[in-house]
Amino acid sequence: MTGNAQRELVITGFGGQGIILTGNILGKAATIHDGRHATMTQSYGPEARGGACSSQVIVSDGEIAFPYVESPQVLVCMSQEGFENNRSTLIPGGMLIWDADLVETHDLDPSWSLHEVPATRFAEELGNKMMANIVMLGFLSALTDLVDPESLKKAMLGSVPPQTKEKNEAAFARGREYGLAILKGKAERGAAAS
Amino acid sequence: MTTAPAAALARHPHDDLLRTERIPHIWCSGCGIGIVFGSLMAAITKSGLPRQDVAVVSGIGCTGRMAGYIRLDSFHTTHGRAIPFATGLQLARPQGKVIVASGDGDLLAIGGNHFIHAARRNMDLTIICVNNFNYGMTGGQLAPSTPYGAKTTTTPQGNPDEPFNFCALAAACGASYVARWTALHIRRLTNTILEAIHHRGFSFVEVVAPCPTAFGRRNKIRGALDLLRFYYDRSVVKNHIAPGEATIDFDHHLVVGKFVELDRPTFLDHYQMVNRGQVEAWPATGVDASAAGQRKAG
Amino acid sequence: MAGKAVLTGTHFMNGDEACCEGALAAGCRFFGGYPITPATEVAERMSKRLPQVGGVFIQMEDEIASMAAILGASWGGRKSMTSTSGPGFSLMMENIGLGLCTETPCVICNVQRAGPSTGLPTLVGQGDMMQARWGSHGPYEIIALCPASPQEMFDFTIRAFNLSEQFRLPVLIMADEVVGHMNERVVIPPADQIEVIDRAKPSVSPAEYLPYRPGPDGVAPMANFGDGYFMHVTGLTHDQRGYPTMTPAAQVEMTERIVGKIRNNLDRILDYETLLLDDAQVAVVAYGISARSARGAVLAAREAGLKAGLVKLNVAWPFPEQFIRELSHQVKCMIMPEINLGQMVLELERLAQGRCAVRLVAHPGGTIISPRRIVEAIGQALKERP
Repeated sequence: MTGNAQRELVITGFGGQGIILTGNILGKAATIHDGRHATMTQSYGPEARGGACSSQVIVSDGEIAFPYVESPQVLVCMSQEGFENNRSTLIPGGMLIWDADLVETHDLDPSWSLHEVPATRFAEELGNKMMANIVMLGFLSALTDLVDPESLKKAMLGSVPPQTKEKNEAAFARGREYGLAILKGKAERGAAAS
Repeated sequence: MTTAPAAALARHPHDDLLRTERIPHIWCSGCGIGIVFGSLMAAITKSGLPRQDVAVVSGIGCTGRMAGYIRLDSFHTTHGRAIPFATGLQLARPQGKVIVASGDGDLLAIGGNHFIHAARRNMDLTIICVNNFNYGMTGGQLAPSTPYGAKTTTTPQGNPDEPFNFCALAAACGASYVARWTALHIRRLTNTILEAIHHRGFSFVEVVAPCPTAFGRRNKIRGALDLLRFYYDRSVVKNHIAPGEATIDFDHHLVVGKFVELDRPTFLDHYQMVNRGQVEAWPATGVDASAAGQRKAG
Repeated sequence: MAGKAVLTGTHFMNGDEACCEGALAAGCRFFGGYPITPATEVAERMSKRLPQVGGVFIQMEDEIASMAAILGASWGGRKSMTSTSGPGFSLMMENIGLGLCTETPCVICNVQRAGPSTGLPTLVGQGDMMQARWGSHGPYEIIALCPASPQEMFDFTIRAFNLSEQFRLPVLIMADEVVGHMNERVVIPPADQIEVIDRAKPSVSPAEYLPYRPGPDGVAPMANFGDGYFMHVTGLTHDQRGYPTMTPAAQVEMTERIVGKIRNNLDRILDYETLLLDDAQVAVVAYGISARSARGAVLAAREAGLKAGLVKLNVAWPFPEQFIRELSHQVKCMIMPEINLGQMVLELERLAQGRCAVRLVAHPGGTIISPRRIVEAIGQALKERP
């Protein structure tokens, strides 16, 4: 709307997964560390835990007029319900990311760029499945240019309880490495095919 | 007042506490509020508190007009809201003493919810409730204190409601000082109000007072003195009786006396202790702290 | 538990939180409130922050009590506020009236949700705008600020406190669920760069003091409980001494003074911003979250070659009557997008007096208005014959 490049992302899951915090960290990275504009809005049901929830993030170089995300360029699904409810909103050519163990995808648009990551499993391996959202953030930092990866890490470390920083840093790294490896694999496959 | 020569008028002992320019007051002859007002002023004088540190807050109604006649910082608020207004006033200036003076309908019908919560919190307020068993100012409608069967303008065939026992209610809600007198127990009433003013926490003083104009007249006790005598003659002093037994029973006993006097922290005491980390987390025992911590993180 | 009252720096926070930080920066040291979605975050943050700065937070038994408590606290000398949403705002009306009549500074933040009644507790609405203006009984004027972002929640809350102290009245912040819950950048300046206005205190002796004798700007200096002025404060119609005076003449004098504080000081109160208005044929007049949609729509319309401009009302009450009247001479149409079924648009109609068309882009609540709908309305307005 403003004529500036505007990136819109939706993260969906269920209450208690840290979905809102994930959106918040993205927004912090963009505004406080990258000096850009960002909004984060959320939607949630009346349940305190377990209900569907989503976090909508817009990152832009200019002022953001309309803070709702109607057609995201990136959709991150951390629950089946989140996938079912939001699949149709992803724009053609958009990026779909999902937790490999929590979501079974179907009816995918061939124009989408598709990426799965076992974020919850990785988090469990690292000692706490509550960190699945941080794994996902690391993964996002590798696959998208929404925000600067260093900014994202800084924003993440500033948002988690101090005593959990080390573990969260490991979770972030795990997700990021996995994402970079996928990109590298793709690049290699691409090189081999050409 | 208008016919007496000015020079002949003696100064009233409480003139310094009165907004004399507002006299004559609106209360009817024979009304009990003037007696309670006199006791309140005597108690404030006796308390020795600096005048600027005492405020009077009232709601709406005849008793609510006390705030308008006393030469102190005084607040005449909306109907029923004296206690929450006083709560803010007291918390903003805890070194001050805030006295709420209002009627039974104001404090315990429309203001009933505020009353029970301020008592629960042991808010540091003194509440003087003039109970005349009806809404006098507006001509005598039903109040939460109106005796069963009594006539008011909105219960012309007699009151079908059971009345509240205010003292029992206050005590049950956590008031740390509770007493009741009639308007004819003047000396004891004054001493009680003085004690209530010095009491830290929610102190409640109920005064059974005649409203000859609106209540007595409609219930066949027309004379002000007759009504005053009617209450006084039925009163029995029972200090420290269980508040639930401190009944107002016109056929037998109208129990008066001091029923509750407890020393317990006020809302602000608790608030400051909690914020200084001096209050142990709930529950104090029986829970594995690490398990509780994990639940919180989830 | 000491903490800073002014959290100088750049933050990514939601509007409810920014409102708290604005309040603390303005000197608020008392909060009496009752939790209600979507304003609960204001109470939650205040309960944590106020004890850090020597203030008091109390959760009252309901919104009636909350409103009464902040009036009491204000007379006790503390800047005070409460926050609520529709159902609680309805309950506060009684004592907002007391605050207006007794000229008591305080701030009420209404994070509007969709009504009527319990409505959509978690979803946006702007349906309390006329209630803000007329909801308490009797004649009065009110000041209502409409923030459109968390940054404005911070800035406008400070302004709300300053206006309330300056003019001795309750000031409303008419926010909404999206502004309250949306996270965005909030820049908090250093404390010494924040203008904070405190109520004028009496300069005369208690014997000479008349609590409601207006100063040059129509506002009477205010003594607080404990200052030794022994004032009487009543919600009855009163004279300059503060004494109940049951006459039509006293009513005229008192209400004229109370409304005069606003009507005679409009230049110090009104606040609106314009964008691309100079050559505009259509003006979109908007407030709160809908002003963001309107801004997006105006920019999109201009890209499409449509001559649209924006008026963003930062202060919705008092309404900028003179400005809108003049605007109605210039433009072909004024469009008001609002998340109700037509409230502030009535002000446009009243002031346009048929000189230009007035169109409403409405939604009853639950979602914000899409800029696309406003662009369509702009296009439609330009097609219509004059």
